[in-house]
Amino acid sequence: MAKRDPIYGLMAEFDSAQALVDAGRKTREAGYKKIDAYSPFPIEGLAEEIGMHFDEIPLTVLIGGIIGGSTGYLMQYWMAAVDYPLNIGGKPPHSWPAFIVITFEMTILFAGISAVLGMLAFNGLPMPYHPVFNVPRFALASKDRFFLIVFSSDKKYNPVETRRFLETLDPRSISEVPS
Amino acid sequence: MSEQYKSSTDLDRAPVIEPGHTFGTVTEKISAIVLTRPATNGWFIGFGIFFMLTMMLLFATGYLFLKGIGIWGDTTPIGWGFEIVNFVWWIGIGHAGTLISAILLLLRQTWRNSINRFAEAMTLFAVASAGIFPAIHVGRPWLAYWLFPIPNTMRVWPQFRSPLMWDVFAVSTYATISALFWFTGLIPDFATLRDRTEKRWIKMIYGMLSFGWRGSARHWHRYETMYLLLAGLATPLVLSVHTVVSFDFAVGIVPGWHTTIFPPYFVAGAIYSGFAMVLMLAIPIRKIYGLEDFITERHLQNSAKVMLATGLIVAYGYGIEAFMGWYSGDRYDAFTLWNRLHGPYAGAYWMLLICNILAPQVLWIRKLRTSPVALFFISAVVLVGMWLERFIIVVLGLHRDFLNSSWGMYYPTRWDWMTYIGTIGMFLAAMFLFLRLLPAISIFEMRTLLPEAEVKE
Repeated sequence: MAKRDPIYGLMAEFDSAQALVDAGRKTREAGYKKIDAYSPFPIEGLAEEIGMHFDEIPLTVLIGGIIGGSTGYLMQYWMAAVDYPLNIGGKPPHSWPAFIVITFEMTILFAGISAVLGMLAFNGLPMPYHPVFNVPRFALASKDRFFLIVFSSDKKYNPVETRRFLETLDPRSISEVPS
Repeated sequence: MSEQYKSSTDLDRAPVIEPGHTFGTVTEKISAIVLTRPATNGWFIGFGIFFMLTMMLLFATGYLFLKGIGIWGDTTPIGWGFEIVNFVWWIGIGHAGTLISAILLLLRQTWRNSINRFAEAMTLFAVASAGIFPAIHVGRPWLAYWLFPIPNTMRVWPQFRSPLMWDVFAVSTYATISALFWFTGLIPDFATLRDRTEKRWIKMIYGMLSFGWRGSARHWHRYETMYLLLAGLATPLVLSVHTVVSFDFAVGIVPGWHTTIFPPYFVAGAIYSGFAMVLMLAIPIRKIYGLEDFITERHLQNSAKVMLATGLIVAYGYGIEAFMGWYSGDRYDAFTLWNRLHGPYAGAYWMLLICNILAPQVLWIRKLRTSPVALFFISAVVLVGMWLERFIIVVLGLHRDFLNSSWGMYYPTRWDWMTYIGTIGMFLAAMFLFLRLLPAISIFEMRTLLPEAEVKE
């Protein structure tokens, strides 16, 4: 295993959502690429500020829905018209109007499951351990504090310079995150 | 507090959370119910009673498996009795939870944020109670897996042209999606509980349930997209579920069942009874746990309005049914109407009209719409009324059909009642556990409602 940097990054703590969004923008403008922001609730536009350009979820859900719908329809077609054709009230074996409901339900089922699994997979969850939890104050990130981190893997990262930069953002505190 | 708001529109503009709250106080107040508040004797007594009723349900089903459905009141011609009445009633109650969590989310009704969590829990427990009935009423429950397209040694498949099969897929999809929606909504709140608690084992449990959620902006972005898409998927789903349930009847040729008004009228009735159950749960919960700041009079008033509106749709449904009985000129339809008004179950039909049409009209009065006590009782009346509606549809459709040689009467037995009351006990016991173990109000969604959450570009 490659030797890991003992420091995972530098973390600044802010009091308000507004301060975090502003800080995120300034950090990006200062040239840092590998950064992340943590908040106790979703903040509109924050992900874009820290450099997220593509959300994979809509496409995942679309694909899941298409797979679900076609599975639903083909399953019924194959079972009712190919494998075991049964004359029900004189209807043709491939009586498609009767297959609509289950096709619809299967579309919803697969799309919904892929939405949830996609969110978890692309977010890399479940991940019970993460270096940011090493900072004791980070427990407040699920209550009323807002955190910004610059990862030590960033090209521009420098323990002294980066700390000096973060101080200009007027944070409440700055902590080193051990990895 | 009602003094503050002079008119109905004032109350509509009232903040969803009482002023003075911060991120910290919202978090503390809701998580304290789970983490620090000791369980009172009242809770233990309540839970104990409902747990015993759950045991009664197990006993009744156990005996049913031993003896067969002959112990129930079902006879020829009434092959569908309490089990289908209760199934439809419970499924309908579940609908309000999805309406609140999905449809009101898409409509940007922010007041939903403080009631969506327990309404979703209510949906899950109601669907679980509903699911028991079709599973145990099949006569040979160990063969219930025939309902699913599982390869088997007989080399036959389910019959997909039957509405009963559609129902299997609709209800199981609904149960799955409701559970996913509810659980993913809980993930950020599990993280909050994990970070608030002192005890290590509690931290471990909530930490595992939270999947290691850390509130990263990228995670939130995907999370919000997922949540919105799930709401968009759940919206047509919830409307489809009771539509499909109504197909179980409407596709049949029995007079009183074979009508096209059923799907919309079933969906409206479902939301009607669901909001009644939401109110019956919300009113005691906000009082006992001191959540009046979060579940305000505005929430009660809005729920009452939804109840009134859907109640009027249901009344329209009854009106059209009666009108078509006369207008169609079909003697069997006309007889169905006559039988409802004057037949052996006329008492139930008149009660239904009083409970579902007459009683909720008092909600036009604003004072009653904001009075918790009045709302609690009106909701109870509506729930009884909606149960009677299903009884009228199921039993009255079957007991007097085309040939008088095949007429009969339905009398529920003690086992029918024990099973029904047992599911109510199971539902409430689950609600009791839910209130103590999980945050009953969505903490992270409440934070977004506070003025300090706003961000300017």
